[in-house]
Amino acid sequence: MLFKIVKRSEISKEKSICIRILAVLLALITSGIFILLLDLNPLEVYWAMVQGAFGSKYRIEQTIIKAIPLIITSLGIAVAFKMKFWNIGGEGQIIMGAFAASFFALRFPDLPRPLLLSLMIIAAVVAGGLWALIPAFFKAQFDTNETIVTLMLNYIALKWITYLQYGPWRDPAAQGFPKIPNFSENAILPDLLGVHIGWVIALALVFIMYIFMNHSKLGFEIAVLGESENTARYAGVNIKKTILLALAISGGLCGLTGMIEASAVCNTLSVEVTGGVGFTAIVTTWLGALSAPIILVVSFLFAALIQAGSFIQTAFGIPAAAAQILEGMILFFVLGSEFFVRYKLTKNGGFSLNLKKEVS
Amino acid sequence: MGLTISFLAAAIVAGTPLLFATLGEIITERAGNLNLGVEGMMLMGAVMGFQVGMDTGNPFLSVLAAMMAGALGAGIFAVLTVSFRTNQVVTGLALTTFGTGFSGFWGKQLVGQSIPQNLKTFFKPFPIPGLSDIPFIGPVFFNHDWLVYLGYITAIFLGIYLYRTRRGLNLRAVGENPAAADAASVNINLYKYLHILLGGALCGLGGAYLSLVYVPSWQENITAGRGWIAVALVIFAAWNPYKALLGSYLFGGLDIIGFRIQGTGFPISQYFIDMLPYAVTILVLVVVSLKKSRAYAPPKALGIPYFREER
Repeated sequence: MLFKIVKRSEISKEKSICIRILAVLLALITSGIFILLLDLNPLEVYWAMVQGAFGSKYRIEQTIIKAIPLIITSLGIAVAFKMKFWNIGGEGQIIMGAFAASFFALRFPDLPRPLLLSLMIIAAVVAGGLWALIPAFFKAQFDTNETIVTLMLNYIALKWITYLQYGPWRDPAAQGFPKIPNFSENAILPDLLGVHIGWVIALALVFIMYIFMNHSKLGFEIAVLGESENTARYAGVNIKKTILLALAISGGLCGLTGMIEASAVCNTLSVEVTGGVGFTAIVTTWLGALSAPIILVVSFLFAALIQAGSFIQTAFGIPAAAAQILEGMILFFVLGSEFFVRYKLTKNGGFSLNLKKEVS
Repeated sequence: MGLTISFLAAAIVAGTPLLFATLGEIITERAGNLNLGVEGMMLMGAVMGFQVGMDTGNPFLSVLAAMMAGALGAGIFAVLTVSFRTNQVVTGLALTTFGTGFSGFWGKQLVGQSIPQNLKTFFKPFPIPGLSDIPFIGPVFFNHDWLVYLGYITAIFLGIYLYRTRRGLNLRAVGENPAAADAASVNINLYKYLHILLGGALCGLGGAYLSLVYVPSWQENITAGRGWIAVALVIFAAWNPYKALLGSYLFGGLDIIGFRIQGTGFPISQYFIDMLPYAVTILVLVVVSLKKSRAYAPPKALGIPYFREER
């Protein structure tokens, strides 16, 4: 081998950030080659993407609206990931939250707005939390693989609201079109400075979750449990209880996302209520290094990427799936770059040469 | 009786994409790598197989292209997890995101298109002379298209490979105890790379079975979560290729039971029946984790990157 892999003892923060930025640049270049193959100018496409995400007040607002669910869901997923509990059930938890919120919105449309909205939020958090407690219970009790269980629950939740949309909740006034009736005015979150109030909730949660994860007993126990189950046990952490509590919080936050999306964005419940946020949030959570402030930044950038994706779809006729490819690509490169944060490559042979000199 | 036979035969067809993907993931996990990108690799295979089928009308080339596309996805995974030692769970999820995007992007202009007639003819069932005449067993197992037969052969071949050959023994050692295998001068990285790539190729083949034979036209997200069911089936099958046959066909049956029941006017919504495969997967996982027997233990080094210098 030409190179030898050596573990770095420590690395400066600047250097590790540099490596990650380099990784994103490499991802952009690789995707650029892909765009070139489509007979398009990558620089032009990237510039259009920037324009699409930030080019006008309306587009910036759209980017923020797309960032809100990503931020809240990522914060939720981060709690589970910190424990090395691979909750990829964000989609299902969002759906169940949206379902519970919609139940109140549709059942009691005439309640006073603050009361109705509070009820919807509570219902959504509880429903999302309960949905996440299913895999948590099996994990805590029987050590059942949570990845698959959370994922399967996504599909079950989706089928459940498909059933509602095509069956009992179908709007008879929609002339045969399978949709659930729109919410009343009282069930819709108000706007603040042009964007629905979810952005205030998201920012507040970033702060709260930062404090929770870094300065609370439960947050610390979750982190210890994620590092090593044995350490946690010796430290006297109640493992089952911690798993259940962490997942209730994780799912509760995802459920809250569901309420916000159903209420403020869709104004109703539909099978498209998640918009794939539950999956995208896994990426943003990981890239955000499970830390609330970084998650905020990364989620915003990814929201810009998604907004840009739908913009280039109309501007260049490039399918929005291109944004997903870019997402995957960025993730590949950033994941790969972590290797260079942890290890360094040194030229092999230097050591043995020195040895020879000493011998002679 | 006729109804049972036709149901069982259809279950085998519906289970075939699951079988290929499950076998692929078994081989991957036996090398100690948990690749959650099955769904992504299936989609990549499905779209490439379909595209080449449309362009060339050649069944062998389309199947080959699908396998190469799956292997390409697996190649990315292999480089990252084996050489760069990344977190396997997150890398696999990234691969699924990438593969979904890739197939959605590439398949945009293919949506709604149907494969050429000569391919359809080629993938028509042909009864195996002699075997298909056996009552009950014949029509259920031996009156299918050749990819279904390839599924049987692949499962049996992989079973023999794993349990009856030196290389299969080495592979199992790599997944169980790479340090010991390394000491016995097994080339760990080579084994990992080869089997991850082979696993990806099989996943791609599973995807192509959907787009070329099962559906057979292009629709977005054609796999509809089957990749994830395959990941669960690996646990169900206890990493054993023979048991994968049973599991895949069982889940194939669950996949189609919805349509069948709807036809009989049974008073239950189709959407609840659609939940069955997912609900049963959870049930199976819970039961398996309850048993905690040695036969159901995953390869010991599954998910742990191997790094000789860090032992």
